[in-house]
Parts: sequence; structure tokens; C-alpha cells
Amino acid sequence: MDETLAEFIKRTILKIPMTEMMTVLKAWDFLSEKQLQTVNFRQRKEPLVHDLVLLCEEKRASVHDAALLDIIYTQFHRHQKVWDVFQMSKEPGEDIDLFDMEQFKSSFVKILRRALKNVTVSFRDAEENSVWIRIAWGTQYRKPNQYKPVYVVYYSQTPYVFTSCCQLKSNIPLLGQNFETHNTAMPLQERTLELDIHMDSRIIHENRIEKERVQRVTQEAFGNYPQPRLEFAQYKLETKFKSDFNGDILAERKEPLRCLIKFSSPHLLEALKALAPAGIADAPLSPLLTCIPNKGMNYFKIRDK
Amino acid sequence: MSVLRPLDKQPGLNTATILLVGTEDALLQQLADSMLKEDCASELKVHLARSLPLPSNVNRPRIDLIVFVVNLHSKYSLRNVEESLHHVDATFFLGKVGFLITGAGREGHCSIHWNTVVRLARTYRSPLLFCDLEVEGFRATVAQRLVRMLQICAGHVPGVSALNLLSLLRSSENPALEDV
Repeated sequence: MDETLAEFIKRTILKIPMTEMMTVLKAWDFLSEKQLQTVNFRQRKEPLVHDLVLLCEEKRASVHDAALLDIIYTQFHRHQKVWDVFQMSKEPGEDIDLFDMEQFKSSFVKILRRALKNVTVSFRDAEENSVWIRIAWGTQYRKPNQYKPVYVVYYSQTPYVFTSCCQLKSNIPLLGQNFETHNTAMPLQERTLELDIHMDSRIIHENRIEKERVQRVTQEAFGNYPQPRLEFAQYKLETKFKSDFNGDILAERKEPLRCLIKFSSPHLLEALKALAPAGIADAPLSPLLTCIPNKGMNYFKIRDK
Repeated sequence: MSVLRPLDKQPGLNTATILLVGTEDALLQQLADSMLKEDCASELKVHLARSLPLPSNVNRPRIDLIVFVVNLHSKYSLRNVEESLHHVDATFFLGKVGFLITGAGREGHCSIHWNTVVRLARTYRSPLLFCDLEVEGFRATVAQRLVRMLQICAGHVPGVSALNLLSLLRSSENPALEDV
């Protein structure tokens, strides 16, 4: 095992928090139970990592084994990455292909290798028919850089592909090419909005029509599927103070009033989506709130026109 | 302007109808369920409305009691109730209207002072009940009280009318705050 590989394995294991160490190593399934038993997991992290790297050397770990460990670490820490989503579209008139995972993987590698020899590609199957693909890019003359891999997660029964931020923008069309040949436009399961239909006939909803309108407007604004996970949105207001009362001192100010509003929530967009149906706000919601996914922004500066 | 009047319809046989008005449908629904669980000689009907006026082209029974639900966590719910009150005829306020306030338990989330709703109830000369509707035990208790009030307002309890009940409830308030 050469020095650069040993260093890469060492740095990868060092990233793993101690609390997750055992779980990740077991998921990796590269070091055997017997080997793991010889290691003292109670010692401090550096000597522990040193011991683990020695075991990897004993077992002659390859680049692919190390790449697999990296995938597993990233799967545990997927929320720390920024992901882009791509949706594949089908040409009208194309047939639905049957999807074969192994065939997909082998042609994926072939297509990449055709363009660039120095690339490390690794796969790991995951939940719900998805596959995690790790790609370490090199150049014509340099070996792949294992420290800056790109992750692609493909849910095979859907038209969606997720990629972690790609530093080398020029490689995106190459990835795209891969997916064009494996177009499986299998429709996502429609998630029906469940209206609470109470069976007791002694309860009558007087504003049923209004409730349906609110549901419809909310669905138009937010769609049927779960919202992207966002934890806060911030609005910086620099507008003149507007008041209903005449002769309000604040309304007479010439300078704009500066004010910062921050919304935070474990799942902000789902919370906003629930506001009107829950009766906490009017529908439609202010476009300042509903534009967040469209604009891809959550920091806003609002000034008077 | 469509206004709710208490005596503009014939009563149904042994039927008592309550109208719950409030913005948070989920809470109203839970309260309705709790009320219908109560053992009651009368046939109960619960109408849920977000706000008044009610849709006009609907055939509905005579409403015996209106309860306006305000959530102290939401100024929106208070404003909604204040506007809805304009669509209720003055004669309803002779014991056939009540206010139910929820959310007082979580003081940190309250954006309305409880004094505001006390004054609202006083302005409309109607009883005020506090209950955290999200807590099942409290909700069951207030549901019992509402069922009893409803039966009285529908005239199903011999010897006690809605107006009697109102004066009984009023006399237990602090006499110093009473307007003559």
C-alpha cells in the first residue's frame, strides 16, 4: 500500500467521530471482526487511527476499499453537503426501459473512462433503490484527487439525480451524458394530500369550500411533494414605516426603518406550507415566503421601490 | 348583511346545535369530537366555521349556542373573532354566546394579553372560558361544560334558560368590575 493511499485512509478515518467509529467500520466490512477485536477502541483518537491504518495495510487495502469507506462516511454525513438536484426528462414517444443496476454501473464506468483515464469510480447501493456513486477526478497526466470527489446519488425508480457540489464545472456535462443513456422515466408515487374527512355526521364544516380553496392555493404554491429541508430565512427590511393610524410619529420619519426578521424552524418550508391549512395565516401566503424554493435564496433585502 | 339570529328558525325535536367559530380547524375538530363523546340525552350537532358570516344558501338547523375560540398565540385568531362578532345579532348575546380561550398555558408563546380577551368578553356580556384545547384532559372537561351549556341554551333543561345561566355565571364575577 503506497504512502498516499495510507495517508488518505488515515485522514478519512480521522474524520469519523468517535461515537460513530464502530458503526462505520462495521458498515465498511473491510476489517474482520477478529482484526477489530485486536484494537483498543478506548484509546485516544490518533493512536486508534494509527492502529486501524496498520490493519488496513496488513489486509492490503486498495483505492477502491478506501473510496468505499469515504462513501460510507459521506452517507452518514450527507446533511453536511450541499446537493444539486437534476430531473431527467423523457422525449415524447420513447419507451420505458427496464432498469438493470449492474448494467447501469458497468456502462457508467465505461463512459467515464472513455473520456478520462484517470478517474476512480465507486458504487454503493443504498435505500429505496438508490445508488451512491463516488467519482474522484484526475486529469490526463495526474492521478485522481481522492480528497475532492464528487458524489452522485441516483434513485433508479425516479427521474432525479443528486450531485454534491462539483468543483470542476467542466465535468458536469460528462455526468449528464451518463444519465441520458439510462433514461428511465418511472413516475414518482403521487402523494395525495389527505384532507381530514371526519366520518361523524353530527359535525358539519360550514366553510368546506373555503377549506378546499386554501388546500388548492397551498398546493399550487408548494406542490405535492415534501419540501426541501431549510432551517431559516432572513429578511432585512429597509422600508418606510407604514401605519394605519394617522399622525403616527414613526410614519412621519423620512429615513427607512431598519429591521431584521428571521424565521427559524427544524423544517421551515413544511412549516410555511402548513400555515394556511392550520388556520394560522391567510392563503395565499406572501410571495416573499413562497418564492424561497424558486429563487433558491433565503436571505432577502427589502427596500421601498 | 347576513346576521345570525337566535330565534329565526323552529327548533329541531330534541336537537341542540352549537356553532364553534375559530381559525384553527384542527382544534375545533378535536373539541367537537370531545363534545360528541359526552353522554347526552339531547341529539347534539356541532357546526364548525372558520369565520362569520356563514354561507347563506345552506339549510342548517337553529343555532342554540355560539362559541368563539381564540388562541392567545395568534393575533390572527383574535382579529378573526372580532370581525365575525359583527355578524351576530344582539339578541344572541343574552346567554347564547360564549368565548373559549386556548393557549394560556404556554405563556412564552402568547402574543395576546389575557386581559384583552377578558375585556372582549365583558364588552359582549358573555361568559369566558379558559382551556388549553391541546391537552386532552382539559379539553374533555370543557367539552362537558359546553354540552351542559348547550342543553340549557336549547331549552332542554327544565327551569333553566340561557338568560338564567348567564346571570348565574355573571354574579360569580368580581362585583367591583361589573357595570350596572
